[in-house]
Amino acid sequence: MPAPAEETSMVLAFTVNDVAQQIDAPQDTSLLDVLRNHLGLMGTRYGCGLEQCGCCMVLVDGEPAYACTREVGTVAGRAVTTIEGLGTPTNPHPLQRAFLDEQAGQCGYCLSGIVVSAKALLDRNPNPSRADIVAALDKHLCRCGAHLRILRAVERAAADMRAGRPA
Amino acid sequence: MTTPTLPASLVENPRLDRWICFQPDRTVRIATGKVEIGQGVVTAIGQIAADELDVPLNRVAVLSGDTDNGPDEMYTTSSLSIEVSGSSVRLVCAEVRAKALERAALRLNCSRDELTVVDGQFLQNGMATGQDYWTVASEIDFTQAATGTAAPKAANLYRVVGRSIPRLDLPAKVSGAAFLHDVRPPRLLHARTLRQPSRGATLATLDEAAIRRAAKGELQIIRDANFVAFVSPVEGVAQAAAAAAPQHATWNNVRRIESAQQEAAWLQGQPSDDRHIGAPPATVATTQRVQASFSRPYIAHASLAPSCALAEFRDGHLTIHSHGQGMHPLRRNLAAALGLPPDAITARHLHGAGCYGHNGADDAALDAALIAMRLPGHCIRLQWRREEEFGFEPVGPAMLVTLHVALDERGRPADWTTEIWSGTHVQRPGTGSGFLLATEAMANPPPEVKPTDPPEARGGGATRNAVPLYDVPAHRIVHHLVLRPPVRTSALRGLGALPNVFAIESLLDDLAARIGEDPVAYRLSILSEPRARRLIEAVAERAGWSGRGPAGSGKGLGLGFARYKNRAAYAAVVAAVTVQESVRVDRVWCVADAGLVVNPDGARNQLEGGIVQAISWTLKEQVRLDEQGISSRDWDSYPILRFSEVPDIHVELTDGAGNPSLGVGECTVGPTAAAIGNAVKHALGVRIHDMPLTRERIMGALLNT
Repeated sequence: MPAPAEETSMVLAFTVNDVAQQIDAPQDTSLLDVLRNHLGLMGTRYGCGLEQCGCCMVLVDGEPAYACTREVGTVAGRAVTTIEGLGTPTNPHPLQRAFLDEQAGQCGYCLSGIVVSAKALLDRNPNPSRADIVAALDKHLCRCGAHLRILRAVERAAADMRAGRPA
Repeated sequence: MTTPTLPASLVENPRLDRWICFQPDRTVRIATGKVEIGQGVVTAIGQIAADELDVPLNRVAVLSGDTDNGPDEMYTTSSLSIEVSGSSVRLVCAEVRAKALERAALRLNCSRDELTVVDGQFLQNGMATGQDYWTVASEIDFTQAATGTAAPKAANLYRVVGRSIPRLDLPAKVSGAAFLHDVRPPRLLHARTLRQPSRGATLATLDEAAIRRAAKGELQIIRDANFVAFVSPVEGVAQAAAAAAPQHATWNNVRRIESAQQEAAWLQGQPSDDRHIGAPPATVATTQRVQASFSRPYIAHASLAPSCALAEFRDGHLTIHSHGQGMHPLRRNLAAALGLPPDAITARHLHGAGCYGHNGADDAALDAALIAMRLPGHCIRLQWRREEEFGFEPVGPAMLVTLHVALDERGRPADWTTEIWSGTHVQRPGTGSGFLLATEAMANPPPEVKPTDPPEARGGGATRNAVPLYDVPAHRIVHHLVLRPPVRTSALRGLGALPNVFAIESLLDDLAARIGEDPVAYRLSILSEPRARRLIEAVAERAGWSGRGPAGSGKGLGLGFARYKNRAAYAAVVAAVTVQESVRVDRVWCVADAGLVVNPDGARNQLEGGIVQAISWTLKEQVRLDEQGISSRDWDSYPILRFSEVPDIHVELTDGAGNPSLGVGECTVGPTAAAIGNAVKHALGVRIHDMPLTRERIMGALLNT
């Protein structure tokens, strides 16, 4: 008789940053675990495992989702976007560039989740007010106190994207 | 010629090659013992070296926290990195530059005065010579001790220092892997621990079979007396084992505490070491005596990432990667705990989340090392669980501060006593009185030692900023170092400065109110230090202090001021608050004087961050205790300030280029707490003496009036 863990194990197909992936893992494995330990995508970070800090935020079909508690079985057939899907240091997304322009961070541990949430916001609202940005980021914690720089960075990225400035 | 006074780091690490190395790829490696914890020190150190050597910043590679190749500068603490490591790097680079030019002059058969340095190349009367640092480096004896005799550049010649160079470490952090937590070396095993609930607790039973069932995968269980770890090639398996383990373990001799011990008021009357520091009480011809008590509870570092470490034991050598604040002290502490010679250990720093003091980082390193010693040849990646981070990191000590002040006939302080009750502020192993946590779980734990606090010569712990900077004719400190607080306490950003400045600045406002004077005018009447006066005047002007309304309107404006440690950076802060049932900070203005600023935007980032963290402490934070210990083990039970609660903050650095650099990481925290306390008093007409200034405290204060 197979062990209980193997009964729920199956090959799951989904895309991560527009690349098709097939993962052989128990369905109740966390998406965070799969991203980091199966796919080597380390920008999605563990902070609490409780949906309380936002360090692990990714997009599932464009909507912010906590990867720490999201079972990988639930993303089968869906599109997952992580910070690595936005850009790289040499080819940054306007959000990443704006965060550097504003020096929006200290230790930086919270930033990848925050940038991902900000992308979801700007995708649905290209011209958000300060209050809209605060509301979108309020589920994220930053312990170093870089909040105001982060808010300015999102505003700057939104303006850059509206102006169609290349990344 | 007089011998120059060298910075402490250079005295301890005199050899030039501990600091500087010209590498074959035409970069220059500058080593520092101070580590990057999000404060931008690596960038700032690079700026100092680039200017002093006249090399482009992109040819400077900063090596930070490396026991094999870098200097021992103890811990990255007390806002001293720029003051001590920065000034050491500056002197070393000046000396190496002079030696290199001397060698080049010999080669070129010219006078040194004919040579200049541009982008690391040596020019003779402005013409290329083919000589540079890298061509002459082999002729310099880098094993020599630095003498500090080569004069560094004058500040007006700086081209990189004083500029807001973007942080070198930030691009990786908004793109992907950037932290120790993200490193996956070969032969990796993931590990988690089951923590001993308290010192002296002994593991009675451990249902390993039940834990293995919960883990659902390949699992090794490592036991060493009361230390237990779960190790697996699969991270989720180790995590699941650790999550299940507490329900399958029973312990004897667990220390029981009570929730009442979470309050600072509990400290009074506990056994303590008592010291009287300063002048004997003055004979004051007055009957006006004032006494007031203020407090801060236990607060957490609450790092956003759980502590983590990598350890590998191979061929008798232990290699550790840690995000702790000092790699050389960590190596010594690990050597003592493991019974290894220090040179059998290499400790290297990699980035972690902001720590703000002594958190679980060093303890995680020992956890990883203990497992690595049992599983040679594997790299052990040990990570704490979230509840472990909150439950077992050393916390910032609760403090009770009572001020006893005799007033002169004009209502000014004539005699001042600051009386403090607190647990120790430093239990860093090696320098403080503490141990790495897992040593307490070993079969023969080190004997409990009497706690000590840092001496006043190093800025003090509980006594940090206990003496007001104002003109007080006679002052003293009575320090009750409480010997057995209910939880492990250690260094947290600013140590005693925050509760002391909160107390002193609160009382000053109340003393002004007694005689109907404006708090700013009252302060200026007893403050002769010009740099301090200038800041208070400036911040009052920025905040529109002259238009401050009457007390009791529900809106308040309050000021707080201090010079950190009474010898580092100065900060004056004004906070505007709205108080209904709870406090909302609407705006903050800060003017700071940090002398010569290496990276202005980096310094502002530190000042802003200190303000936000202090608002969070002042309004929201308290470590909760129950019978078993710390019960606030997640972000719901230990809330911190959120985006929706962060006010507008206006930070300004005064032009301090004529004065030496002063660290800025901690200077805003006390003034911010005090400014909020005074603003709340102004808004309500009622003083709240105990932090945090929660809804319950406000309702209580209003009911009592």
